[in-house]
Amino acid sequence: MNSLEDLEKKINSELTTKINNSEIKHNQIYLETDKDDFLDVILFLKTNLDTKFQQLIDITVVDYPENNQRFQMVYLFLSHEFNQRLVLKYSISENEVIPSLTSVFPAANWMEREVFDMYGVNFKDHPDLRRILTDYGFEGHPLRKDFPLTGHSEVRYSEDQKKVISEPVKLEQNYRNFDYESPWEGTKYIKEEIENNDKKN
Amino acid sequence: MTKKIKNLNLNFGPQHPAAHGVLRLILELDGEVVEKADPHIGLLHRGTEKLIENKTYMQAVPYFDRLDYVAPMNQEHAFALAVEKILKIDVPIRAQYIRVIFCEIGRILSHILNVTTQALDVGALTPSLWGFEERETLMTFYERASGSRLHANYFRAGGVHQDLPKGLEEDISNFCDTFPKVINDLESLLTDNRIFKQRNVDIGIVSKEDALDYSFSGVMIRGSGVPWDLRKSQPYDCYEDLDFKIPVGKNGDCYDRYLCRIEEMKESVSIIKQCLSKMEKGPIKSLDGKISPPSKKDIKQSMEALIHHFKLFTEGYRVPKDEIYTAVEAPKGEFGVYLISDGSSKPYKCKIRAPGFSHLQSMDYLIKGHMLADVPAVLGSLDIVFGEVDR
Repeated sequence: MNSLEDLEKKINSELTTKINNSEIKHNQIYLETDKDDFLDVILFLKTNLDTKFQQLIDITVVDYPENNQRFQMVYLFLSHEFNQRLVLKYSISENEVIPSLTSVFPAANWMEREVFDMYGVNFKDHPDLRRILTDYGFEGHPLRKDFPLTGHSEVRYSEDQKKVISEPVKLEQNYRNFDYESPWEGTKYIKEEIENNDKKN
Repeated sequence: MTKKIKNLNLNFGPQHPAAHGVLRLILELDGEVVEKADPHIGLLHRGTEKLIENKTYMQAVPYFDRLDYVAPMNQEHAFALAVEKILKIDVPIRAQYIRVIFCEIGRILSHILNVTTQALDVGALTPSLWGFEERETLMTFYERASGSRLHANYFRAGGVHQDLPKGLEEDISNFCDTFPKVINDLESLLTDNRIFKQRNVDIGIVSKEDALDYSFSGVMIRGSGVPWDLRKSQPYDCYEDLDFKIPVGKNGDCYDRYLCRIEEMKESVSIIKQCLSKMEKGPIKSLDGKISPPSKKDIKQSMEALIHHFKLFTEGYRVPKDEIYTAVEAPKGEFGVYLISDGSSKPYKCKIRAPGFSHLQSMDYLIKGHMLADVPAVLGSLDIVFGEVDR
């Protein structure tokens, strides 16, 4: 498909029920689907002669801890043939296991390992699901929003034990996160008060 | 009598000069033939993405220098473009030219390092000595524009931090006149060198289909004969107005990738020359006072400028709720930033797509069946820098 509008129409007509939402912005097409349908959608996008999204650029996750379905999976695709980019998204809850994409795109191997490492999302049928970026023996999933920026443990060389040891983080000064919200635009508590007053009225 | 021989497991790195950084490669060897390669990465993991989520948009820029630290400004470019697209601001034309000039300088920096160290890995010492002299000159240009040789922190959303100092344009132009001779000298040492060819021709062949499947980009995909360059296919900044060619390989082996890099350096020189001749005086950053910091002189005289300065360097500018994926053609391939903003002055998420990550992933596929001595040659031609692979 030569134009993004045509592509959007084509995808929506071919995959009617499987696409929950589609949008064109920044010269890219953004699709939302479900966990059960995403493999079909990806297979269609890769093989159909009018789409040909043959390159998987990246897989990532966005963490929204306040949502019921906490993780939003994001797949980025590129079609060399039509020079188009596509972003496919669907939401899952914390302990859901999702199918691996490695059989469709070999490049998904490390990308899924990274997602597993950083967010703790599990993949079914992945050939080699190990941690990839963090240290050997690391615990926790660092890119989750509830993981502290300073981490839980720090490593140092112990002169007594003559080896590298890991211990809980001790900070000389707590991590300072200033609230720079402009008082002229309303800080959080003023905003909340105004909202409450509006509701009462 | 038959005897069962166990395969040998060999630890290659993390401290090995040919590992190009902190790569731990576990090789399973049958005699001298590599049966399996399992790269262990993450030894340089610094949690860049997590840190960026906790910094304002302006504070996030220096982290990009530290990704692929041999071509820092190319990474900054991707981030600046992403923020600009969400903010919907225009970049003044002079700033676009400056950014393109420094991106191409970054490309030359990266390619010199890669070509010469790959030659070093296969036994040629001289190219690296000659090449590094030129790198030093280029890094002086970085320093004169931004104040530091490596971690420039020069690009901003909306332009660049400051204008080029007096005389830099002439000096870059002079460099462009002398550098092609250095490329020719390097080529005279390597291109027809018998040993260099024996070590690189027909090693690490990548087919077109596999290049797509393994998510290759940059020289790795062009070496296999796919004419794909984001500067041409999805042009950003002023690349549309510039005239340059995309060198494409034929066989997809290490030697073709080397040739592509050499040709790309020549193209980069021509791009820089074009930019220098087209560049005119003018503003170098967005004129929107809510995004670009005011000049020091204005701060002394104008109350409004002072307030802007204070707000920009404490709270930072706010970016409306949106999401975007932006990619640039970095020297190593497609470098992308997937940015989600939530209306505050810090990114909600910033995923960095590093080209080296998917290239290194294919190590097992590339090296299977090759000899142990081919490992450094293949690794060299992948152009791996651990700053960006580990993030």
